[in-house]
Amino acid sequence: MIFADAVAWLLDPVNWSGGKSIPVRVGIHLLYCLGAVLGAALIAVPLGLYVGHTGRGGVVLVGGSNALRALPTLGLVTFLYLVAGGGTAGVLIGLIVLAVPPILAGTYAGIQDVDRGVVDAASGMGMTGAQRLWRVEVPNALPLLVGGLRNAMLQVVATASVAAYVGIETLGRPLLDGLRVLDYGQFVGGAILIALLAVVLDVVLAGVGRLVVPAGLRLAAKARRAGSGKARSSGAQSRRRGEPAPVESGGSTA
Amino acid sequence: MIEFRDVTKRFDDGTTAVNGLDLVVEAGTITVFVGPSGCGKTTSLRMVNRMIDPSSGTVLVDGNDVLGVDPPTLRRGIGYVIQQAGLFPHRTVLDNVATVPLLIGWTRRKARQRAAELLELVGLPAELGHRYPVQLSGGQQQRVGVARALAADPPVLLMDEPFSAVDPVVREGLQDELLRLQAELDKTIVFVTHDIDEAIRIGDKVAVMRTGGFLAQYSPPAELLTRPADDFVASFVGKDRGYRSLSFVDSSGVEVAEVPTVVEGVAVESSSDWRLVVDAEKRPQGWVAPDASVLPGGSLYEVGASIRGALDAALSSPSGLGVAVHDDGRLAGVVTARQVLDVIESRRG
Repeated sequence: MIFADAVAWLLDPVNWSGGKSIPVRVGIHLLYCLGAVLGAALIAVPLGLYVGHTGRGGVVLVGGSNALRALPTLGLVTFLYLVAGGGTAGVLIGLIVLAVPPILAGTYAGIQDVDRGVVDAASGMGMTGAQRLWRVEVPNALPLLVGGLRNAMLQVVATASVAAYVGIETLGRPLLDGLRVLDYGQFVGGAILIALLAVVLDVVLAGVGRLVVPAGLRLAAKARRAGSGKARSSGAQSRRRGEPAPVESGGSTA
Repeated sequence: MIEFRDVTKRFDDGTTAVNGLDLVVEAGTITVFVGPSGCGKTTSLRMVNRMIDPSSGTVLVDGNDVLGVDPPTLRRGIGYVIQQAGLFPHRTVLDNVATVPLLIGWTRRKARQRAAELLELVGLPAELGHRYPVQLSGGQQQRVGVARALAADPPVLLMDEPFSAVDPVVREGLQDELLRLQAELDKTIVFVTHDIDEAIRIGDKVAVMRTGGFLAQYSPPAELLTRPADDFVASFVGKDRGYRSLSFVDSSGVEVAEVPTVVEGVAVESSSDWRLVVDAEKRPQGWVAPDASVLPGGSLYEVGASIRGALDAALSSPSGLGVAVHDDGRLAGVVTARQVLDVIESRRG
């Protein structure tokens, strides 16, 4: 039984201590993921805000970000590893390249989707461009922006496994080792850990989203879902808004 | 006062939205720009607060060329209300209204206090201030939009089809509210609509514009109805304009006559006369026909109100007698359609 083997592998005390233990690999995996999403956000959020706010370069942005999506991450990581001569930089850059498109798309779409009347009113009342961006457009873009971050995080968590190919102790290690020696327990155990990590990170980001998205927008989303133009109470929210679209290629590493 | 001097706006795609517009909006009046789509009415309005800049010509607000003021500064001094209100969905109603005061540097406390006053002014309960726009009805949102535009007490108010997204009953309420506010505040208002009835109802002056950006006629609404400048204006103003123009004639010349009355709930017998049913406060409730059957009444009009109301009261009454009431709703007397028409004829002569 593969699952029994996986559980046995997960529970084996040998795998919970030392330099190649599960906690260490989870930690390294996590660090790469957070680093990649943070790095990607530093690039993609300002770019998305600029393009969304000014409306300039939208076509270039969409084309460029689709081209990035088409890059095979494993190939890129290997290439960068060879070019950079090993180390973490290549892997991190590869993951950042992977994480930029969803964050860019979420930020840009978030700004673009702000009701034209709302933007018009903001200008018409005398807000400067910067005031309009920070006081009106960004708060209203937050649901989609956070959705973009969640998409990026899911993809990166799945894909950080490839770092194991170039010798980094992420959760890709048990997958590779398990395959090599046909130890399916180890293989499935590693996959379970990756999936768990993805779920936990997504829940955490969803919580962050609920903290930062203004209450008025959550009510508006709830009213839209209820199919009426009016919400009745300002009570606690039972569901999240701005759910990102399911990740179509979350597990792809090639 | 707002002045357009030979203002033309051509867009990059070659269309001319506004063509040599010369027009003065008097201070303290409501001027309505009305016309079919593509007539340049919204473009004209947006050139006042520099949401659009003219290709040639000058727009002056209180004698100053608007191009000489940077747009944010200019706009903070001009109230702006748009279709569907454009309220900020992420801010409470109170903070929406406080937007401009905060932009011009008021303290948050003072801005919120002012916002609360304005909610009261536009007839909204104070507790609505802590709600979000999505929790309000369309009519309430539009009132908040007006309150927001008035927050910093600008002398000029631009209103771009503000009431076109709400249903007719709510729209009429909002129009009445605007007229009441204007009587109190005395702003210079430019109001854009495609609805000629709205234009006639609220405008002190109406500018009818024609596709291609031409001003077809600029005159008080009564004149628009009685003396349209050309066939375009006549057809745009629509049917029944003779009848509708009576809205602008007061009924003070129409003498009311006494009428036999019966008090509600008292038994009646047949008689040769129509008798008006009134309640204990002498408010009309309906008619008793000569055969003693009881019929609902026609429309009522207030003494001194428009003669259109008087004529309609007579025409809609089952007895042929239009019922006039005082402003507290008590019976004043009755008129016949013949009497009303005689007054209209004599005014003409």
